[in-house]
Amino acid sequence: MSKMTAKEVLLNPIFNNNPIGLQILGICSALAVTSNLKTALVMSVALTLVCGFSNLFISMIRSQIPSSIRMIVQMVIIASLVILVDQVLKAYAYSLSKQLSVFVGLIITNCIVMGRAEAFAMQNPPMLSFVDGIGNGLGYSVMLIALGVIRELFGAGKLMGYEVFPVINDGGWYLPNGMLLLPPSAFFLIGLFIWGLRAWKKDQVEQPSFKMAPQVSNKEAY
Amino acid sequence: MSNQKESTARTLTVALLVCLVCSVFVAGAAVALKPTQVENKQLDKQRSILAIAGLDGGKALSGSEVKKLYGDKIVAKVVDLRTGQFTDAVDAKTYDQFKAAKDPKASRVLKGGEDLAQIKRQENLATVYLVETDGQTSTVILPVRGYGLWSTLYGFIALKGDLNTVVGMGFYQHAETPGLGGEVDNPKWKGQWPGKTVFDAEGNLAVAIVKGGVDPQSPNAAHQVDALAGATLTSVGVDNLLKFWLGEQGFGPFLAKLRAGEA
Repeated sequence: MSKMTAKEVLLNPIFNNNPIGLQILGICSALAVTSNLKTALVMSVALTLVCGFSNLFISMIRSQIPSSIRMIVQMVIIASLVILVDQVLKAYAYSLSKQLSVFVGLIITNCIVMGRAEAFAMQNPPMLSFVDGIGNGLGYSVMLIALGVIRELFGAGKLMGYEVFPVINDGGWYLPNGMLLLPPSAFFLIGLFIWGLRAWKKDQVEQPSFKMAPQVSNKEAY
Repeated sequence: MSNQKESTARTLTVALLVCLVCSVFVAGAAVALKPTQVENKQLDKQRSILAIAGLDGGKALSGSEVKKLYGDKIVAKVVDLRTGQFTDAVDAKTYDQFKAAKDPKASRVLKGGEDLAQIKRQENLATVYLVETDGQTSTVILPVRGYGLWSTLYGFIALKGDLNTVVGMGFYQHAETPGLGGEVDNPKWKGQWPGKTVFDAEGNLAVAIVKGGVDPQSPNAAHQVDALAGATLTSVGVDNLLKFWLGEQGFGPFLAKLRAGEA
């Protein structure tokens, strides 16, 4: 861990240690904001910035934080950054901030931010922590953007609000799959992504946490 | 060293300093961005007035288009809710009826039974928005608000020149549960409103939100709208706030006067 270069720290979380794919963090917001690509993009940018800067600031004062209140100090820093992002969105992207509604605020409780602060920023120098935060944010973003593209394209026949497949209701030929616009579809898609990722990178496959014992009695259970 | 770092005094100092620095940042951002946010809110309100009055042609207009169209088409006027007549006591451009609702001099307390919309205080003067075509009032847009499940819903209902047929209804600010009560924003649900009539043949207020779908055979079907699935309290709230604002306590007297040409 201590010998990781900045490049590895930045790029590892994207596929090798994806926060959603391998660490299974931040699922809630990944379900909620990916029904169209635009909100997914804004959320990605917001989370990447918050994650990067919270890692930076926490790492800067890491040797000063008493361990008894370290979680609270981390929360205060993260929460302040999230409020900052929320205020900026309200000022410059009002309709988007209305669509994202509570989910920007919920970045505070996003496990990725907190997890990186606790696992990485508390032990590493500021610049490297910043890069780690950005990297993890990018890992989250890749997943969100992939979900957003699939859900908006096949759920509404659009990308970024522009029509790609003409929908039947508007006189086109494409019958949109309405379920893709509902949150559960993101669950299925994330599942498929994780399957694909682990088929590609075999080392991510986890050992089963328990094994079925061989049957010792001759009788079937009854 | 670690002992010193963990001492109570140090813990308190660090906590205090972190809070101080963070609060300065947050407060600074909030103050600096306030003007832009207020302008956005205003624009959003104008945009929703245009959308509810059906003037935007169903398109997403840019900020400058909204300003222009709003300036061209919409006339804001202030109505005295007690007499139901237009008043010039305040300037419609700057009058803020929500601020007035909190001012004891410009509002009144609603007593238990009266307070259908659960807003506690009602302002004496309210802003209405009119669209005029060929010198005739073609659309009247009334502000409505009331409590749903978690929050006060702020919105508008637009009536045609007959002061009975709904042109559109919608909310521009609320904090109901996304996906349940938040579905008041769903275009499909809002699409049920246009064409409904709020008063029956005798002139009684008949608009209602009903559970389980509107029975097209029912004599009241023209006044009824299907409730939101999974959002009973929000639906009841919307039902109540419409009954309040279109009734005697709200714009009822104004609509009657306007119909008689005495407003």
